[in-house]
Amino acid sequence: MMRPQRPVGLVGYGAYIPRYRIAAAEIARVWTDGQGGVPVEAKSVPGPDEDVITMAIEAARNALARAGVAAAQLGAVWVGSESHPYSVKPSGTVVAEALGTSPWVSAADWEFACKAGSEALTASMALVGSGMADYALAIGADTAQGRPGDALEYTASAGAGALLVGPAEQALATIDATVSYVSDTPDFFRRADRPYPVHGNRFTGEPAYFHQIQTAARRLLEAMGRSAADFTYAVFHQPNTKFPQAVAKRLGFSEAQIAPGLLSPRIGNTYSGAAMAGLCATLDVAQPGETILLTTYGSGAGSDAYALTVTEHLLERRARAPLTAAYLAREVFVDYALYAKWRGKLVMG
Amino acid sequence: MEIARHWRQRAARYRLEGQRHRASGAVRFPPQPLALGEEPGTWEPVVLSGRGELYSFSVLRQPPAGYESLGVYAVGLVRLEEGPLVSAQLTDCAEQDLAIGMPVEMVTRRLADTGEDGVLVYGYKFRPRL
Repeated sequence: MMRPQRPVGLVGYGAYIPRYRIAAAEIARVWTDGQGGVPVEAKSVPGPDEDVITMAIEAARNALARAGVAAAQLGAVWVGSESHPYSVKPSGTVVAEALGTSPWVSAADWEFACKAGSEALTASMALVGSGMADYALAIGADTAQGRPGDALEYTASAGAGALLVGPAEQALATIDATVSYVSDTPDFFRRADRPYPVHGNRFTGEPAYFHQIQTAARRLLEAMGRSAADFTYAVFHQPNTKFPQAVAKRLGFSEAQIAPGLLSPRIGNTYSGAAMAGLCATLDVAQPGETILLTTYGSGAGSDAYALTVTEHLLERRARAPLTAAYLAREVFVDYALYAKWRGKLVMG
Repeated sequence: MEIARHWRQRAARYRLEGQRHRASGAVRFPPQPLALGEEPGTWEPVVLSGRGELYSFSVLRQPPAGYESLGVYAVGLVRLEEGPLVSAQLTDCAEQDLAIGMPVEMVTRRLADTGEDGVLVYGYKFRPRL
């Protein structure tokens, strides 16, 4: 179990979800004549002028607005993603410039499939917890791509979550402890210069998602001497609807505990943004004194688990930026043709 | 050199940074070089709120070169809370969502993709306020 020397927490948080959606039934119409089940109801689709950088900027602005912290006070702007717009050129510098940070800031991009943003969160805890900086911004954002017709196409979506880490005494939720568990498990990967990832079908389940998450979450609970019943809420990485529901049940969490943070049925899998936006949605409804277990997952593979306790500061800060529900509510559905055009799936000749 | 041209405008484009007259408090956007005879420091940088009202708008049905992928899109004149009138693309909206006087807010979006071996250009657009 890892704890920083100086207690830390989240002083701000912000989610971002694009306005557009495609229904899973619309994807099934094109590829399976509408036959068979679908893993979510719909997924979010980035607009033609959106990418990881633009989504990270808006989520980060929401986090700074909630915190009431000036961008010039940031010690780090770290962006985790598997779909950075450039292969070589940091997203973090654009985001930092857009936020108006001082040039004396650490800006970097992190990579670990769906838990790239959670890597940035753990590192932010260390940067603030060691006293090297007062505030560090950890962002997870993705515009995920699935090969047309592949099972991933139904879920690979777009969204972002930004978590601003600062001293515990200023926090709207303290981060009490964390663990990080990894093992070399090639359940999902994308080779260099390939447009779409490859996944191991059922291999993505037991040895990958379930093993890593269960191991990390159980270790944190044991080390803290807590059980599932000691947490008000739990948020798990959510590649579809069933996986987070199943892992919650195995770990002893009820449907009610995961309900506020379970966004995947409506927006699909936002990859690096998924668990972080789920946490944002949970903070949107949480009350002082309540506790949250956050457990992320990244293919390749690994899982980070965090225990959080909400403070009274949340109440005065919550309404300073749009709630996750406001982004969920503005959904505009597009058909497969427009989605294919926007996502670069048309061959222009 | 196109890269340098985009780079010089990053503060204004990414975060709507304009200028405030130190003596009079007048705000202008976009930032401009000193006028002949003005002392250095007459104007200071100021980041604008990004909130404003839609002053007027028009819908482009024949986009210029480089913007074909957007199809039909709207451009607007936005009266910012601080006073300046800014022209920009409108995003996250359809023509029927727009009305003169409606509250809008700035978002930073991708303005242009200058090609596989070119830079991505980011900058301000406006959308109906959430």
